[in-house]
Amino acid sequence: MLIIKNLHASVNDTKILKGINLEIKAGEVHAIMGPNGSGKSTLSSVIAGNGVYDVDSGDIILENESILEMAPEERAHKGIFMSFQYPVEIPGVSTINFIKTAINEKRKAQGLEDLPAKNMLQLIKEKSELLEMDRKFLSRSLNQGFSGGEKKRNEIFQMAMLDPKLAILDETDSGLDIDALKIVANGVNKLKNENNAVLVITHYQRLLDYIVPDFVHVLKDGKIIKSGGKELALELEAKGYDWVK
Amino acid sequence: MNKYTEDDLKKELETQEYEYGFYSELNAETFPKGLNEDIIRAISKKKEEPEWMTNWRLDAFKIWQEMEEPEWANVHYKKPDFQAISYYSAPKQKEQLKSLDDVDTELLAMYKKLGISVNEQKRMNNVAMDIVVDSVSVATTFKETLAKDGIIFMPISEAIQKHSDLVKKYLGTIVPKKDNFYAALNSAVFTDGSFCYIPKGVRCPMELSTYFRINEGGTGQFERTLLIADEGSYVSYLEGCTAPSRDENQLHAAVVELIALDDAEIKYSTVQNWYPGNAEGIGGVFNFVTKRALCEKNAKVSWTQVETGSAVTWKYPSCILKGDNSVGEFYSIAVTNNYQQADTGTKMIHLGKNTRSTIISKGVSAGKSQNSYRGLVQIGARADNARNFSQCDSLLMGDECGAHTFPYIECKNNTAQIEHEATTSKIGEDQLFYCNQRGIDTEKAIALIVNGFSKEVLNKLPMEFAVEARKLLEISLEGSVG
Repeated sequence: MLIIKNLHASVNDTKILKGINLEIKAGEVHAIMGPNGSGKSTLSSVIAGNGVYDVDSGDIILENESILEMAPEERAHKGIFMSFQYPVEIPGVSTINFIKTAINEKRKAQGLEDLPAKNMLQLIKEKSELLEMDRKFLSRSLNQGFSGGEKKRNEIFQMAMLDPKLAILDETDSGLDIDALKIVANGVNKLKNENNAVLVITHYQRLLDYIVPDFVHVLKDGKIIKSGGKELALELEAKGYDWVK
Repeated sequence: MNKYTEDDLKKELETQEYEYGFYSELNAETFPKGLNEDIIRAISKKKEEPEWMTNWRLDAFKIWQEMEEPEWANVHYKKPDFQAISYYSAPKQKEQLKSLDDVDTELLAMYKKLGISVNEQKRMNNVAMDIVVDSVSVATTFKETLAKDGIIFMPISEAIQKHSDLVKKYLGTIVPKKDNFYAALNSAVFTDGSFCYIPKGVRCPMELSTYFRINEGGTGQFERTLLIADEGSYVSYLEGCTAPSRDENQLHAAVVELIALDDAEIKYSTVQNWYPGNAEGIGGVFNFVTKRALCEKNAKVSWTQVETGSAVTWKYPSCILKGDNSVGEFYSIAVTNNYQQADTGTKMIHLGKNTRSTIISKGVSAGKSQNSYRGLVQIGARADNARNFSQCDSLLMGDECGAHTFPYIECKNNTAQIEHEATTSKIGEDQLFYCNQRGIDTEKAIALIVNGFSKEVLNKLPMEFAVEARKLLEISLEGSVG
């Protein structure tokens, strides 16, 4: 589904990613772990198309098509979703209005009409029930005054609504207590199927207790220096990142 | 110029060359440029006005000549040459029209371009409209329905003839001729506008609406609106403005006077979309407007405005809270882009006891524009327990624009409560990227963020107006982020 080929990226002429190779197939869950400053968040931002970063060389291919030249919204329309480490607040715009806009923009890109309000409500009801979420907060301004847990749940709710092919969870566990972590992880697990894929970016192993990866990659100094199965995460937790040399 | 008669004017008109630009080729009748007593007499005669009105105008002209153009506002522009403006322009018309079918087809086409379908508006929205093109009303609708309740809604020129006493009683009482430079000019030369009277205890059954348009190149527009809500009555009034692209600066100096007698309520909503000039700051309308309301006992006046147009805006819809327990409200969104400049706000003058006022002002600046809020909250010595709440929020886009807030507070009564809140924020790259990532492109994202920012004000607009206003906000900010 997603192939990253020898990807080099930099920000303000500082090289951060120095040759990333990664292949994610449909139905798989990959985890990228690494110490602070290893380039984890840069990788997710570059896949999503954040213009702050320059891609120096290499390629990112989504379903046989290079997405490097695509604007972030086009990548989103193609099925890339990123759950933000720090979701932004948009005062005066309700979560419902926001997600409605997002869905209809995607449909427009696909040449479809706006989703009728009735179907939209149905979808909202269905997804919020699946994620066991209180629908009240959907009427509040997007992320404004939300707790850390609410913000992350809101991200997962949006993911459920947009039904992406590839979901990137960027440090989704940061700032979450264990209960919130379980709820969020459960949500992701419910949304996972053989047609989509999940890329979990995390510093700690604990999220991987709940979202069990098929593959774990260790990122250090802009390169993947070790890959393995889910047991690699446990080993890292026990021995620390210095263990991988 | 001194011996100019109406016939001379007509002759000149026939020989005058018109330069037709992009604007519709209306068969207009335009006075020669310049301003003097004879022009004023000619305007008055053209309008078949009673003598008192002619004298009133001449008096205003005298006052205006003594005055100087104000310079205190935070706007910079080349001052208009008042002798280079034509003070009268009327679409030629054979008779008063009863149906829209009789209206100039080009006019109708122009409305269509602006997205104003008069027929549809009439039928669907139950809106009575007094359409003003340049300076003269060409069609007035729903008059009969309104007449059943004794409501008078007509061009002010007609009201001067038909309801001379009412006009004479109230005209210039809220905004006196000598109030300010532009008000004095307006008093001397206004050619049209609306007059509205709601009788005692009547709740106006529909929203009253006027669409203003500037059309003829080089003609200024000097609209005069006078709205009287008699005791215990209610009216919601909509004023919407659009103007076509023009290269030279056009002057617009309107005066709006609202009178809310005991227990009356007036909602006055404006969507202002005059031509703002091009992306380089060339052209655009100068909008110098004086709007003021008087509230008697228990009366309430709400001003809601969405300001997206004009090269230069100078406008402070105000409330004089004279009566005890009267309420004044001001809800405003001012959007400036490119080289636009806006200095706008309100004055809340608390004179009566237990008077209350609310000010919510939202400024959005983009491009190289400058957006200023200027407001005065004045509490008089007798205004026991007066209360004011003001909130001024600014949203900036990019780093070349400016937002300024000039709140003035004068309080002479120590039982008053005055609150002022202000925030300034910027549309962040992170907000835009977040929206992009969800599939929302930058332009749409800005529209979404600005709409969210302006929500408190948009919610105060009547439904169909709010939809139009939202669209306008989006259009105004198109291309504001590269």
